[in-house]
Amino acid sequence: MAVITPAEKTATETRQQRPRRSRRRPLVLNAVALAAGVGLWAVVAALGLVEDLPSPTAVAQKAGTMISDGTLASDTWASLRRVFIGYALGVVVAVPVGFLMGWYPMARALIEPYIQFFRTIPPLALIPLAVVLLGIGEVPKIAVIFLASFMACVVSSFQGVIDVDKTLINAARVLGAPDRTIFAKVVVPASTPFILVGMRIGLGASWATVVAAELIGAQEGLGYRMQKASTWFEMDTIFVSLITIGVLGLVMDRLLLLAERRLTGWQERR
Amino acid sequence: MNSKISFRDVVKTFPLKGATFTALGGVSLDIADQEFVTVVGPSGCGKSTLMSMAAGLQEPDSGSVLVDGTPVSGPGPDRGVIFQQYALFPWLTVRQNVEFGLKLASVPAAERRRRAEQAIALVSLSEFADALPKTLSGGMKQRCAIARAYAVDPQVLLMDEPFGALDALARVQLQDQLLQTWSQEKRTVLFITHDVDEAVYLASRVVVMAARPGRIHRVIDVDLPYPRTEEIRLSTEFRRIRNEVWTSVYHQEAPARSA
Ligand SMILES: Nc1ncnc2c1ncn2[C@@H]1O[C@H](COP(=O)(O)OP(=O)(O)O)[C@@H](O)[C@H]1O
Ligand SMILES: [Mg+2]
Repeated sequence: MAVITPAEKTATETRQQRPRRSRRRPLVLNAVALAAGVGLWAVVAALGLVEDLPSPTAVAQKAGTMISDGTLASDTWASLRRVFIGYALGVVVAVPVGFLMGWYPMARALIEPYIQFFRTIPPLALIPLAVVLLGIGEVPKIAVIFLASFMACVVSSFQGVIDVDKTLINAARVLGAPDRTIFAKVVVPASTPFILVGMRIGLGASWATVVAAELIGAQEGLGYRMQKASTWFEMDTIFVSLITIGVLGLVMDRLLLLAERRLTGWQERR
Repeated sequence: MNSKISFRDVVKTFPLKGATFTALGGVSLDIADQEFVTVVGPSGCGKSTLMSMAAGLQEPDSGSVLVDGTPVSGPGPDRGVIFQQYALFPWLTVRQNVEFGLKLASVPAAERRRRAEQAIALVSLSEFADALPKTLSGGMKQRCAIARAYAVDPQVLLMDEPFGALDALARVQLQDQLLQTWSQEKRTVLFITHDVDEAVYLASRVVVMAARPGRIHRVIDVDLPYPRTEEIRLSTEFRRIRNEVWTSVYHQEAPARSA
């Protein structure tokens, strides 16, 4: 923390310049790598090196028909809806529980054993149990997604509260802040970066879980579509679904990353 | 003489591996109203502990800490505290940091704005009022923390090695700035430092502490006039007092002469 003005000044200057130069080059390289990957895929498919591997054009055509007949949209919507409901519920419950654990040692002592235990079980392993307990409708799927996002989020918001700099709390106290103000004005903002990291991990976990959850008894959804396609050896459909899952996951992650940058731009380091 | 702050036989222990560690073993000290007192001593001698009891962040095991004759029962806006680690809220701008205490005191918005502006101007940060702490240098951060403490207009300033993390130049500038504001609006200042020069330059009395158990080793009067100037800093009298303080900090086993 012992920073001397000139050193910090040069640091800010380089910080302002560097992103412009180094951000464009990775983008170009990213595009090159993607194109090369698709090219390699086309070659491998054309040479028939991998049995039944559809060509990029075949997959693109399949995507076109799935878009025009509406199956892609309805599958995507079905999967997204499950993720959003389960994920949102998980976050909404996890953040207060994490705060409670971080703020009151008694709450922590009561809740932590359960968290630690359930954390070691992959959410996917709970799908059979969820099906038995909750049937095969929407509820078990959403429940498993809820659990996945809850687990990721609760630990990080708990950690966020624990890690709040003690001198910040003291600084607020000596200015006359009562406990509830310290909580709202210091603990909550100070732990936001942790919570957002948890939310990103939780989103990844939810998205991974929804696809697996749909492999078991669903009427629509990207995971269901792949499961069905695999019984008929429809490789192109599987590829369309897979790519959609990847792209959507990436887009959601980037949106959260953007929110994270916005909300935690005050942080000293990144 | 009425004392603004007084420590009476203050004892503070901490549990340490099953045993108890005596951080302060009976400290008594009286600080007069508007006095500038510095505390020096080896690290671990209980300087921060002493200060945080005056701030109301910790309680003594026995003995008492009085401010204006009343036992301290918790933190309060009558005592401003400045920490070595600045402790600025990093998500708030300079202005919002400075207004934090004023909001807590329910000062109306217009008045709040005015007082914050005044405090920010006092530490020459007006240009950076809307900047986030991460864009400030160490010296500017500490100036912001000082403005935040000044804004609520405390009668007592408690400063725990506030300039300890700064480079020599910034440190001297902040020392002069602090003395200047202190001469304008006299407050009682309890200032902790590990820098002997700083201790002598600022104070009218230097308290030298010793460790294990934390206690007051000597109290040395600084008979130098205010305002303190560079001339004073370079004078032989300053050097004499500085040497005396230095000796009593670093050669504590030597028999202490009475001050
Ligand atoms: N909360 C605490 N728990 C245990 N020991 C502590 C605590 N606070 C301070 N101490 C101990 O008390 C002694 C005095 O600490 P401190 O007042 O911070 O010293 P100084 O500020 O002079 O360096 C140190 O040895 C430190 O380890
Ligand atoms: Mg200390």
